Amino acid sequence: MTENVWILGIHMTKFGKHPDKDTIDLASEAAIAAMRDGGVTIKDMGVLAAGNLMGGSGSIGQQLQKQIGQTGIPVFNVANACATGATALRTAIMAVKAGEADMGLAVGVEKLAGAGLLGAGNRKPDKDTWEPSGRVGAVAALDGRVGTENMPGVFAQVGMEYMYENSYAGTPFELFAKISEKNHAHSTLNPLAAYTKKMSLEQIMGDVMIAYPNTRPMCSANCDGAAAAVVVSDSKLKTLSKEQQRRAVKVKASILTSDPWQEACQVLPDVNTLTRRAAAQAYEQAGIGPEDLDLVELHDCFATAELVHYDNLGLCEPGGAVDFFLSGAPWRDGKRPVNVSGGLQSKGHPIAATGIANIWEVCHHLRGEAGDRQIEGAKVGLAHVIGLGSACGVHVLEKAAA
Amino acid sequence: MATPVAPSGAGRYKQRVTQVPLVDYLVLGDEPHLVARQCTSCGAKFFDRRNACASCGSDAGFDSVDVAREGVLKSYTIVTFAAPGVPVPFVAGVVDCDGTSVRGNVVNVEPDPEHVKLGMKVRLATVPIGTDSAGTEAVGFGFEPVERTAI
Repeated sequence: MTENVWILGIHMTKFGKHPDKDTIDLASEAAIAAMRDGGVTIKDMGVLAAGNLMGGSGSIGQQLQKQIGQTGIPVFNVANACATGATALRTAIMAVKAGEADMGLAVGVEKLAGAGLLGAGNRKPDKDTWEPSGRVGAVAALDGRVGTENMPGVFAQVGMEYMYENSYAGTPFELFAKISEKNHAHSTLNPLAAYTKKMSLEQIMGDVMIAYPNTRPMCSANCDGAAAAVVVSDSKLKTLSKEQQRRAVKVKASILTSDPWQEACQVLPDVNTLTRRAAAQAYEQAGIGPEDLDLVELHDCFATAELVHYDNLGLCEPGGAVDFFLSGAPWRDGKRPVNVSGGLQSKGHPIAATGIANIWEVCHHLRGEAGDRQIEGAKVGLAHVIGLGSACGVHVLEKAAA
Repeated sequence: MATPVAPSGAGRYKQRVTQVPLVDYLVLGDEPHLVARQCTSCGAKFFDRRNACASCGSDAGFDSVDVAREGVLKSYTIVTFAAPGVPVPFVAGVVDCDGTSVRGNVVNVEPDPEHVKLGMKVRLATVPIGTDSAGTEAVGFGFEPVERTAI
């Protein structure tokens, strides 16, 4: 029986524009602060898992070591799109669970401020003569001709598909905008969020439309940021101080899935099946159900995505995501608070950092350190991310027993 | 193939233009339609060149099967911001063609939520893409409403 793994120290930087900090500055800040938060140093780390998508280099882990400590430990440079942070954490946890290290460091970092529309690189201009190329023998670039490559459009379709399958009779646009309204309202209590501005429904619906029904504030905010976590084995934790043990957060489940084949999955990414599977595995591994969750940080890359994940994570009855939202349940004063951090829409989404940043939010509440936005009495939380391609990371975390 | 016809007498006959499909799973001709590659082991359908079946793992091969020309719009978005060079707005969607999901644009309709509706019946339409320097016309596809929607 493998032993439990705990989060000993964890940190996220303020998300936002950091023009004077490079990728390694941000990663170092997060890593050093996470280790300090755990009362340990780089010399205590037996493994490093690191991710960075936009930096262009495959060796973010080693670049980080060259600034904060080259100790010769194994480095896993990981990438799973928006699930990269959770993948880094999963990797460090896996190494500790396997007994190959008693302490590990996971880091995710991104500089994305000013990045603009994601998913759609410049469309290749048409060639002089039509020549088929690629796996569908395309004679010209397909973005805009056969569907859309851009993320707001892809995820708009994901949300609209849910409305179709569940015969929603109301106005989808307004419903999704209300989800965004919730997250922007939540962000006003989060000093680390990139945006902390309350926005009314009218402001959200009246803002620039990117891909109906997603307006600009309904899209995850591109920004710079990093997050890091130190994980430790149960037996090692027991040798540390009472204070370190008191603040450690137990990892009750650490799950990673990829998208299993479904009929339409190569036509429109299926973000549902792999999330449902990850959630089911997580609840089983943790020995809990969704009704036991005191807070959830899920992947609202777009307001249209949040809705489907209420259903995918079992927070509501199958098909019941709209009713769940309209009941007020996912607001911070509701029965199942979702994205009290402000979510990706307002806290921001520096891609590789997000999967550890949402773990940080959950830990912050479980440790009773969330101040103004503390969910009272939080004992168990869930963090979820999805990276297109696809990968889903789900972690269930539990407060240390008194 | 282009078949040049010499002018004769009082008039000139129109040249037949060479057409190529935008993608190889679009078959042009009198009845344009899409074809899918169907796994001979499990029946899963794909539109791209395959190394094996992603559903069952078999590399026994694929049959070419016609896709129904009519379907139901099961999802859509109206893209108003796209990469440079991509004209907007356009409607991107997913159509359920009698059990086969197809990605395509919704065309020949006002690109707004008053005119594009989840669940609307659509049918395959061809869409001119452009003519290259050799005079070859590329033809793409989209899905147009079967009926005009009343507001």
